[in-house]
Amino acid sequence: MSVHTLAANGLSAGYGDMEILHGFDLAIPPGKITVIVGANACGKSTLLRAMSRLLSPSAGQVLLDGKSIHKTPPRELARTLGLLPQSPIAPEGITVADLVSRGRHPHQNLFSRWTRKDDEAVDGALTATKTVELAERPVDELSGGQRQRVWIAMALAQEAEVLLLDEPTTFLDISHQVEVLDLLTDLNHSRGTTIVMVLHDLNLAARYADHLVAMTDGKVHVSGQPEDVLTEENVRHVFGLHSRIIIDPTSGRPIMLPIGRHRMANHQDIKENRS
Amino acid sequence: MTVLSSLDLIVESRRRRGRKYLVLVGLLLLMVIAIFMLTLSVGQSVTPPGEVLRVLLGENVPGASFTVGQLRLPRALLAILAGLSFGLGGVAFQIMLRNPLASPDIIGISSGASAAAVFAIIILSMKGTSVSVLAVAAGLGVALLVYGLSSKNGVAGTRLILVGIAVSAMLESVIAYILSQAPAWNLQEAMRWLTGSLNGAQLGQALPLLLALIVFGGLLLGRTRDLEALRLGDDTAAALGVKVATTRIAIIVGAVGIIASATAVTGPIAFVAFLSGPIAARIVGNSGSLLIPSGLIGSLLVLGGDYVGQFLLPTRYPVGVVTGALGAPYLIFLIVRVNRTGGSL
Repeated sequence: MSVHTLAANGLSAGYGDMEILHGFDLAIPPGKITVIVGANACGKSTLLRAMSRLLSPSAGQVLLDGKSIHKTPPRELARTLGLLPQSPIAPEGITVADLVSRGRHPHQNLFSRWTRKDDEAVDGALTATKTVELAERPVDELSGGQRQRVWIAMALAQEAEVLLLDEPTTFLDISHQVEVLDLLTDLNHSRGTTIVMVLHDLNLAARYADHLVAMTDGKVHVSGQPEDVLTEENVRHVFGLHSRIIIDPTSGRPIMLPIGRHRMANHQDIKENRS
Repeated sequence: MTVLSSLDLIVESRRRRGRKYLVLVGLLLLMVIAIFMLTLSVGQSVTPPGEVLRVLLGENVPGASFTVGQLRLPRALLAILAGLSFGLGGVAFQIMLRNPLASPDIIGISSGASAAAVFAIIILSMKGTSVSVLAVAAGLGVALLVYGLSSKNGVAGTRLILVGIAVSAMLESVIAYILSQAPAWNLQEAMRWLTGSLNGAQLGQALPLLLALIVFGGLLLGRTRDLEALRLGDDTAAALGVKVATTRIAIIVGAVGIIASATAVTGPIAFVAFLSGPIAARIVGNSGSLLIPSGLIGSLLVLGGDYVGQFLLPTRYPVGVVTGALGAPYLIFLIVRVNRTGGSL
């Protein structure tokens, strides 16, 4: 199991003069799945970028195993901390095996030869993501769900024990969203990879998270167990939305049902909730 | 019959990619050597390959020593070196900015170097290496200017290309103006600075170009792996441990350095930097880095283009006219395609 600790301490970051994160504190539980949710433009992606060295903080720091990631050599950092951006680019015509093998970049240098260990890492990544049979196919011919599995395989070939993912389910239909989240949970269970991801869908977030973080305005509003975080009160505060929370009979996790203004039954408690 | 494990399949597919790459690069190299030998032995007159070899080995062969050693060899050598430079520098920019239109000859770097060379030669009466130094400096200056003008919330590829095209047009008119002011105005010289030419090539020009190629080309080749990672996007590359900003600077300096050094000698040979990378990509695909294949394609284009311009057309044309005629239709094709798909190299 991953024993690496990742934490943000008083982290402020943004673009140019616009500060998006204001003194952010967050400790990622090792070996668990942490999901970050929040309204658009609340700084979710910025947080992920700042926690993976893509963005330099204006104040505070990000600590991996107690050491500032901005003081760690990038290649060394990349062997422990991986990131899958929201829209990575696949070079035209590249095959799955070729793309996945590029995840070995931080383990090699200009003069080192490709080793048995590199091949084994690629094989392990393809097997874990069930993409072995796609190995010789060009990435641009794959479906959205297959492609996302291939990108995850590339991140696995990197053998980073802490993996950050920026909205890994965008552009996927619901069955592929569940497939990707199941796959990430498998990896968390089998390899002990610490997973930190931003998700849009609150119900999927509550379903798959061990640790749920709700952000507003560049700060943590609340974090903890999904049942403690996904409450009517918190949804109202974070998203400005009136909602009801019920319990998913399959997983026992909370489910958020938006109330809205139309097609309401005559339940008194809902009307009270709105007023 | 043994059943192959997935690991064996992965090893096999990686080795196959490696073999394909080596074979194709080897073939390109052979083609460069073949056309090099052809241009040395067949021109206005035919020199037997045996005599060509003897001249190359330094023997004094009556007649052949002059035609081959004095006329053909400097021209062919410069063609190879300039082609390598344009091909390498062009593809480095195209990969770094993930856009085939982002080639140095489209975004004004070649015309910047060319304008500086014309200014140095005609107005300041400079010669040799100092012209190259000024051309490299001007190339870097234009690169910074284009980069600066197009950066707003980060540099967007399309904006950089449009700004580059505008800057390039301005610099072309500067070149035309200086040429029109030249006291001893001659068509050959004008053609060199407008489209590129190998006329009047001398062996002495090859050495500084070779040095520039070793220094700046070495800088680029040292970044081969980082460039490959940049093809996955800046964020993915950074996540793989690439220092994106440092890599960018190294690539800009390296690419501008070789492009400008070559331009100071041959003029901006039209579209070679722009064409080499995409042709190389078509040939080697994703089997390996495009840098060396693109350099070799550049050499083939310049060597072949010059040969066609000299001997296979009714009138003698400078090499830039031939490569320009090849490049312009491709540019139109690419603009149409990029508009439709937003494709990358």
